[in-house]
Amino acid sequence: MNSWPLPLAGATRRGDARLLPQGALSGPMPWVIAIMIALTVVAAGSGLALRNAARAASADLEGGVTIQIVSAAPAERNRQADAALAALKGMPGLASADRVAQARLEDLMEPWLGTRPGDDVEALPIPALIDLRLDGTATPERLAALRARIKPVAPAARVDAQSAWLTPVFRAIGALQWLAGGLIALLALATVAAVLLASRNALGSHRATIEIVHMLGGTDRQIARVFQRGMAVDAAVGGLAGFLFGTAAMLALGRAFAPLGSGLASGAMLGWIDWLALGIIPLAGIALAVVTARLTVLAALREML
Amino acid sequence: MTTTDAEIVQFDNVGLRYGAEREVLTDVSFTLYPGCFYFLTGASGAGKTSLLKLLYLAQRPSRGLIRMFGTDAITLPRERLPGFRRRIGVVFQDFRLVPHLSAFDNVALPLRVAGVSEREIIRPVTEMLDWVGLGDRQHARPATLSGGEQQRVAIARAVIARPDILVADEPTGNVDPDMALKLMRLFESLNRLGTTVVVATHDLHLLGKVDGSLLMRLDKGRLADPTGALRYPPRRESGGIGFADARGPGAPRLGEMDSDGLA
Repeated sequence: MNSWPLPLAGATRRGDARLLPQGALSGPMPWVIAIMIALTVVAAGSGLALRNAARAASADLEGGVTIQIVSAAPAERNRQADAALAALKGMPGLASADRVAQARLEDLMEPWLGTRPGDDVEALPIPALIDLRLDGTATPERLAALRARIKPVAPAARVDAQSAWLTPVFRAIGALQWLAGGLIALLALATVAAVLLASRNALGSHRATIEIVHMLGGTDRQIARVFQRGMAVDAAVGGLAGFLFGTAAMLALGRAFAPLGSGLASGAMLGWIDWLALGIIPLAGIALAVVTARLTVLAALREML
Repeated sequence: MTTTDAEIVQFDNVGLRYGAEREVLTDVSFTLYPGCFYFLTGASGAGKTSLLKLLYLAQRPSRGLIRMFGTDAITLPRERLPGFRRRIGVVFQDFRLVPHLSAFDNVALPLRVAGVSEREIIRPVTEMLDWVGLGDRQHARPATLSGGEQQRVAIARAVIARPDILVADEPTGNVDPDMALKLMRLFESLNRLGTTVVVATHDLHLLGKVDGSLLMRLDKGRLADPTGALRYPPRRESGGIGFADARGPGAPRLGEMDSDGLA
């Protein structure tokens, strides 16, 4: 050997990959991340669907007002209903006012009262209903104004905002949304804990090699880069698998709910922005895993000389 | 205490203890100069490996002062250690090869750590493996290599980056005499290029085989140098030899020392 070969130039990061065994973090890690991502997708998707359902229902009902004319005498009921409709005509902020037809009312009552031939539905004191649509939200002030306007001509009228009927449902949906958010936070914490344990375990397994690399002048960042690269690969594989599984679960849930046909269920469809948000979950999971692995490894390396 | 360009390492009253045990090194003071070749001897348990650990910055001393490359190594910030370590080649007594890497990749490790491109790594690593007689085993993993082969890989790894200091702990312990001599020639050639070499060894036969080499002897954790040249500050009254002169015509060479000087 005549000349000593050695240009120490041309820094590259490719060589870092060979500092530690490939797949240093593998084992169950991709599976753990896949499960976490799948559960997060389902939780987030459910939360978004509930939000959409609540929004759709709220949009439908926010300007809706129902006037019931509660009177046992059919003739008086009809008179007050007609008088109320007349009084409402031309009222500012009123988009529409329609009396619900008697046939429609009977249809609505049919599941409870039956329709055997000869039944005299007219004999039942079914209230007359007027369906109002306001421009904007049916606030308590606007309801009070409505009551004041029709009271003189229809004293048997009861005025209610339609959204008030669903208030308990909205509250329940809100609680479920918080639950979904809490689940997502817990899953993120569990992912961080799993990555932390995996990183520490990998550090322990490769401690001898890490010490050698240190003695040869390897920096903490070089070593951390190897670990975070391994974690990124594991998280990418797990994240993709988890996303696909979670998406399949959401589609299956959607199909299961679709036949219900109720207004609330049909409003729970996920839009493209929602799917885009769900698509960010595996990416966020990868970033979370990589950052956690890096910080864990750097903290552990700082304890070495 | 300051080091000059003529001093690469300076120990001043260095002591080292592990935990609450007694000191394994006591009042160790010496100066290493660029381009010099040192043998470190001593009985088992004398503290050779501990002294080498301080030299290759794997350990901080319990007391005393150490300067390396003109910088206080005791207070050296942790983030600056890698830069210093890249200037120090180490042959570990237990080789410490990376088990999952081939002989080639083990030797290439210091270059990769230093950021040398893959293209620039192939030729020097191949040449180095040829030089230590392992050109045909470059793809072998350490587990498939004999003890002597592993030792040669470890040596190739230590010298591949042409360090300023080479620290070798029993580097010829597992090789036959011919290979031991060949490895000494390798160290010598590195030394001629300006690298300071420190070889810890039990093999007294090696001591006289490197021209101009100097001796450091540890006895129960204390440095006992027969030449007087290694003390800090240099003990000039001993034959009038300061270390700066140690490689000059008047300096005592190991080959000229009698056995008392080694024992």
